[in-house]
Amino acid sequence: MKEFTYLSPETVEEAIAFHGRHSETAKYMGGGTDVIVKVKEGWMEPDFLISLKKIKELGELHKNDATGVLSIGAMVTHATLEKSLMIQNEYPIIYDAVSNIGSLQVRNVGTIGGNLINAVPSADGAIPLIALDGVALLHGPEGERSVAVKDLFVSPYKTVLKPREILKRITIPPQAPHTGSAYIKFGRRAAMELPLIGIGVLLSLDAIQGRCTKARICLGVAGPTPMRAFDAEKLLTGKKIDEALLIEAGSIAADESRVRDSVRGKAWHRKEMIRVQVKRMGQKCLAQINARH
Amino acid sequence: MTTHISFLLNGDTISVDVKDHWTLLHLLREEMGLIGTKEGCGNGECGACTVIIDKLAVNSCLFLAVEADGKIIETIEGLASTDGTLHPIQQSFVDNGGIQCGFCTPGMIMSSKALLDGNPDADHEAIKHALAGNICRCTGYVQIFESVQAAKKGTAENKGGNNE
Repeated sequence: MKEFTYLSPETVEEAIAFHGRHSETAKYMGGGTDVIVKVKEGWMEPDFLISLKKIKELGELHKNDATGVLSIGAMVTHATLEKSLMIQNEYPIIYDAVSNIGSLQVRNVGTIGGNLINAVPSADGAIPLIALDGVALLHGPEGERSVAVKDLFVSPYKTVLKPREILKRITIPPQAPHTGSAYIKFGRRAAMELPLIGIGVLLSLDAIQGRCTKARICLGVAGPTPMRAFDAEKLLTGKKIDEALLIEAGSIAADESRVRDSVRGKAWHRKEMIRVQVKRMGQKCLAQINARH
Repeated sequence: MTTHISFLLNGDTISVDVKDHWTLLHLLREEMGLIGTKEGCGNGECGACTVIIDKLAVNSCLFLAVEADGKIIETIEGLASTDGTLHPIQQSFVDNGGIQCGFCTPGMIMSSKALLDGNPDADHEAIKHALAGNICRCTGYVQIFESVQAAKKGTAENKGGNNE
């Protein structure tokens, strides 16, 4: 592996300053499960690796009970999210996604922030955060700015982050009480594999009439970046949701997707699976809401 | 660049200078001669290099040696007693046909140990989930899962093993 100097700043400001001093030859590193592979393979050739592991605030996971806002530090590992009872109970879509990223060894080290910044089209970590209307807080030399997670991705492997910017955390706004959410990584096997297609659905229902007040249908590997199926969401919003409507939403989502043929599978198969899985994930959401109320 | 680090390895304090670009796997195998931990793919896909860092199973091929500073690390070399008595998980792999060529075995056993240390009652699903990142090209996994199942009793009786 190429030789580099390892730096481990303790604050975000210090990290940005380090990066400024070494400009083109410096790279930030989260858990390292992607960056180390890239350095080994020669795809990334840093003279300075700036580890973000010692920056305490980036590793914090907490929910503010007063505001209902969930804050996930960028350096929170997938395993921390997977093991959190709060995540399992209140944000099942996050649990569904992170519990099948890589392997346990990767999840014990790999971080949610690293998964987002890596910006692969499959982006298991991104789909639930988009469905939950997550907002990414970025910090750069000019200060902080917020970007919706859905707007974070420009193209495969490229995000809106400027060279020295650091993703600090993702905040999730409070969820309506009658909300269900689910994600499926669909492929030949879950572990150590990229999905053929990733489908996340979130439904919020009006407590009295049971009509859908919010619908999110998010797809991974359905285009160059993670996407929302806006027309399918529109179909569900304001209506009472049943199986027939979910099937229709699945068809619309499949039409909205920009799937293509790849080594992992054919476009027609991906579309078919969107149809089936939007319905199944929608049913899972409804079952969660029924179980809780 | 060289950095001085200290960590606990299988119960012993290690104080050593490491190059910043060394992986923990390189430090263990090439610098310290601890070749029980294997290098398979080198990309975090096969799990042959699995060690336990602060109670978590980690791919040592993707973990920088400098980041081992201050950590508690367990490798396959730390499992058997000094008199050669195998750890219950090791013995169970021997008894239940969990080993064929043996290359994946150290990683399999370290992943199993991390699992059972945290969850001594792990069921079949939990075992499969914990070992999903350890690839074996010989056994077809059935005997490996059986070995971990059978080790559960032994581990409970010998809670803590030899180096905790």
